[in-house]
Parts: sequence; structure tokens; C-alpha cells
Amino acid sequence: MTGTTSSRWGLRVLGLGYVFILLMLPLAFIFYKTFEDGIAPPFEAITSPDGLHALKLTLISVAVAVPLNTVFGIGCALLLVRHRARGSALIDAVINLPFAISPVVIGLSLFLLYGKDGWFEPGLAEAGIEVLFSTPGIILACVFVSLPFVVRETVPVLQEIGTEQEQAASTLGANAWQTFWRITLPAIRWGVAYGVVLTTARVLGEFGAVSVVSGSISGQTQTLPLFVSKQYENFNLPGAFGASVLLAMLALTTLLAMNLLKRKEDA
Amino acid sequence: MGISVEGANKCFGDFQALKDVNIEVPTGSLTALLGPSGSGKSTLLRAIAGLESLDSGRVLIEGEDVGRKPTQKREVGFVFQHYAAFKHMTVYENVGFGLKIRKWEKAKISQRVHDLLDLVQLPGLADRYPSQLSGGQRQRMALARALAVEPQVLLLDEPFGALDAKVRKDLRTWLRNLHDEMHVTTIFVTHDQEEAMDVAGQLVVMNEGRVEQSGSADELYEHPANEFVMSFVGEVNRLGDHFVRPHDMEVVLDPDERTQEGLVQRIVTLGFEVRVELVLSDGTEVWAQLTRNELQRLELREGQIAYLRPIQAKSFNGGSPSISPGASTPLGTQDGGDAGIPAAV
Repeated sequence: MTGTTSSRWGLRVLGLGYVFILLMLPLAFIFYKTFEDGIAPPFEAITSPDGLHALKLTLISVAVAVPLNTVFGIGCALLLVRHRARGSALIDAVINLPFAISPVVIGLSLFLLYGKDGWFEPGLAEAGIEVLFSTPGIILACVFVSLPFVVRETVPVLQEIGTEQEQAASTLGANAWQTFWRITLPAIRWGVAYGVVLTTARVLGEFGAVSVVSGSISGQTQTLPLFVSKQYENFNLPGAFGASVLLAMLALTTLLAMNLLKRKEDA
Repeated sequence: MGISVEGANKCFGDFQALKDVNIEVPTGSLTALLGPSGSGKSTLLRAIAGLESLDSGRVLIEGEDVGRKPTQKREVGFVFQHYAAFKHMTVYENVGFGLKIRKWEKAKISQRVHDLLDLVQLPGLADRYPSQLSGGQRQRMALARALAVEPQVLLLDEPFGALDAKVRKDLRTWLRNLHDEMHVTTIFVTHDQEEAMDVAGQLVVMNEGRVEQSGSADELYEHPANEFVMSFVGEVNRLGDHFVRPHDMEVVLDPDERTQEGLVQRIVTLGFEVRVELVLSDGTEVWAQLTRNELQRLELREGQIAYLRPIQAKSFNGGSPSISPGASTPLGTQDGGDAGIPAAV
């Protein structure tokens, strides 16, 4: 018995140690460094015009990319699971591309499409829309990199709930739209919610693709992660740490909000 | 006619689930669709509800061709084997779902839901969630939900299939009584012949996508149209070309010209009924159904030789009474297929 007990303890220490050193310690260290000289230096860095602009741009990206990918993700999952047709295997595989390709490469591909001499450039220029080095490009990059999350989280839940509840609703007189809102969506809501949280976290933190398409111009096309990087390069450590903590807090808040909602419902 | 299906065909890929199916279900009747799994009975039920589309053929509900109507406009109540309870809704919300879709007033919904919960004997459980109910309670909730919208027809797809034996029996009786009160045209799918005979007035026996025979339980049992119906509706022994019900097998200790010799392999006592399993000289395994008293009178033991005398047998060779060569006296000759069993040498 002592053998099993000690090996169980060993496993526990190993697991906790791994999580602590790789996850908790760096995060805790940032918090520590940020508030080392009190709250004033990081607060000033974040509330500087460039800092506030970066925060605003990041929140705008979240506000546009997350709803877009949520609607697309639910629709795509329904298509994949409920209307298994020719081509859905291809869609299923292609959906994963943003996970497989490095964000920098994604940024570059957008650059080639929308940039000077790109395929879409003439039409867009005529319409007076600037994609690169401006907000639309940043949002485009964010949508691209965070596209698979809602689909991936929703597909297994849809498969698990099956079609019987939906069929029962239709025998009771519900049309397709009513069935979706009253039966399907409530049944898959936690899968979708988890996908939304992951999407939000990804959009908040996206660096590679955004840095290529935005040009990272302070006060204009700089999102929070780019702001952190710039502050760090300029040896403004309180600014870099402050913005990092703000980013972490935003992501944690979404996660916490979901957990609170879930707990409230389970109670 | 409550429900008519005419010339229904349906394929799933290479598999033909329905082959030129015709059925007629009178208004207000309780009909069982009986058959083994894969016989097409559930597909037929789902086609009536519009949950499955037919490749060809027509479905008529109260004389109206509903082929072009989607499920939600067919006014059918459907009960699924695995309940299909709306898990995120309370019992009250489940039962009231169809009424809410029909935009009933809240007070009227409340009145009707509570009436129905009384009817299905679930009063006081309105605020529970389906996960807090037993299987039998969930199925009664599903039935109340289907009845709430006052459907023209009620379709039950193996409704008691997922329940244990005791609950099944109770719900069977309960469903029959409920139908006596409501008189809604009902089709009930089952693979259990005892359940079908217990609940339904009319039976439709299906096999491999075809309707083999329809009629009352007595008609099917006494006058099966073919080998499949005979062996599916009730137990049967096969002796060459002949089919004998186990209760039509007489076991005697003295041979005569009409008996066949058999070795008693096993004696199973099921309460009053006793099942005697024998193996004949040609290796055929058969069983005879005796009463406890008969067994005691015969003093049968496993491993001993006994003699079988079929009282009544049937064969389905072209519909005429057939007597095998070497036979002595034909026994029963009630109708076309009935014939005596040849005696053993």
C-alpha cells in the first residue's frame, strides 16, 4: 500500500509542480513586477493616450470578431452535424486551418491579398476602403485566427444531443426557426459559451497576424498585445507589465463570467 | 379511415426499408405495428409523422393526403422510445410546449397542463426537470406533451422499450385504459408480440419492409397467413413442413402410430406452466407446453424417452392441406393450411 500511496503523492507533486512552474509562476511574477512600485506607474502607462487607444482597439476587435465567429460557428456546426452533405468533409478539414498555420503566415497571406498589388486591392481602393494598417485589417486577422473555436466546441455537443428533441418539437408544431431558438440553442448553449470564451481570449491576445497587417502604429493601429511588445522594446517595463495585467484580467473576467452564469443556472 | 398508407416505398441507400406497404387504421382505433427490428415498422410510423419522406406512395390522415405537409402541420402526437424530453425545460414547460407554440393564453395553458398531468398521473411534478423523473414518469410526461395539442393521431414508437418489465406491464394497462377514455386514433410500434396483443385491438405484422398480415390478435394467432406470422405471433415448433404450437404438443409415455419418439432434455418449470424440451430421433429440437399437473401425472424426468403427439398442425405449402408420405391419420383440417402431422416410423 505504501508503494501506491507514495507514487500517488509523487504524481500529485509532479502535476502541481509542472502547472506551478510553467503557468502560475510567470503570471504571478508579472503581477508582482507590475505592482512592485505601487499602482501609479502601470496605471499611468495604461491611461496614456496610446494605452487607452490600444485598449479601445482591442475591445473593438473583440466586439466585432466574437459575434461574427459565434454566428458563423453555430451555423457551420449545424451544417456539419445536421446536414451532412457533399463537401462537408472538406469544410470540416479546412475549418482547422487557422489552428494549423502560424498566425504570422496568416498575417502575410492577408497582406498579399489586401495589400499593394494584392488581388482585392483595386476594388477596395476604388470603394475607398483601407484594410491594411487600419482597423478592418486587424479585425479580419482576428476573425481568421479565432474562427475554429465555436465550431469545434459546438460540433460534439450537437452530436451528443441528437435529433430526437428537435423532431419532438416539430411534431408539436414548431417550425425550424422556433425549434432552433427554443430547443437546439438552449441545448448547446454551454458548448457555444465555451467556444465564445476561447474566441474572446484568442482575439484579446492575438499578436502575430495582427502585427503583420496593422503595422503597429502607436495610437492608431496598436492593439494591447502590440502595445505590450512596444513598451517592452522601449524599456518601459511598468507600461508593459501594466498592459499585460490588464490583458490577463480581461481574459479571466470572461472565463469568470461564464462560470458564474453556469453556476447560477445549475443552482 | 383514420390513417391510410398506400403503396409506400422507402430506401436508405441500398436498404429497402418499406416495400409497397398498404395499411388502413380506422378512426379511434388502437393499432399495433408488430415486427422484428429492421422490419420497417418505425420507418412507417415516422413516415406517417413526416419525420421521414417516402420515395413513393401516399399517407392520408382522415382522408387528407398529407404528403406535402411538413411534420409541424400534420397534427400528429409522437412519442419516442427514449422520451425525447426537453432537458432544459421543466415538466410543465415540456407539456405546455406545443400550446406555447400555438400562442395560447397563459391561464389556458396552465389549466390544460395541469389537467394533463392529472390524466397521466403526474400531479405535483410540474416543476421538476426530466432528469429528476424515473423512466416511466418521463414517458408519461412525453405522452402528456403529445396529447396537449389534441392531435388527430397519436404515434408511439416503442414507447415502453427502454423501461423495465414491471413498469412496462403497468404502462401497458394504463395506455389501454387511457385510449378507452380518449379515443384518439393511435398506432403503437413494438417488437414484443405479447405487448401488441395486450394493448392493441388491431395488429399489423411487418417483416423485411412488407406487411405480412393484419387483423385482430385472435385472427393472427388462429389463422396466420404464412410461416413468418405463425412463428412471430406466438411460439412454434417446426416438424418438417409442419408447424405446431407448443400447447398443441401432447406428451405421452406409450407410443402409437401417430406419435414421434423424443428424448427429454430439459424440464423448465415457470410457475404453473411447464416447458419440456425434447430432441427427436432426426435431431430436431422441439418443446411442449404442459401444465404442472400434467407433468406430475406423467412423472417425466430429464434424460428419459417420451412420445409426442401433435394435436393440431399447420403447413404453408401452396395453401392446400398437405400430408407427408407415410402419414397415417390427418388430425385437424379446419382450413386451407391445416394438416395432420405424419407419424414417426
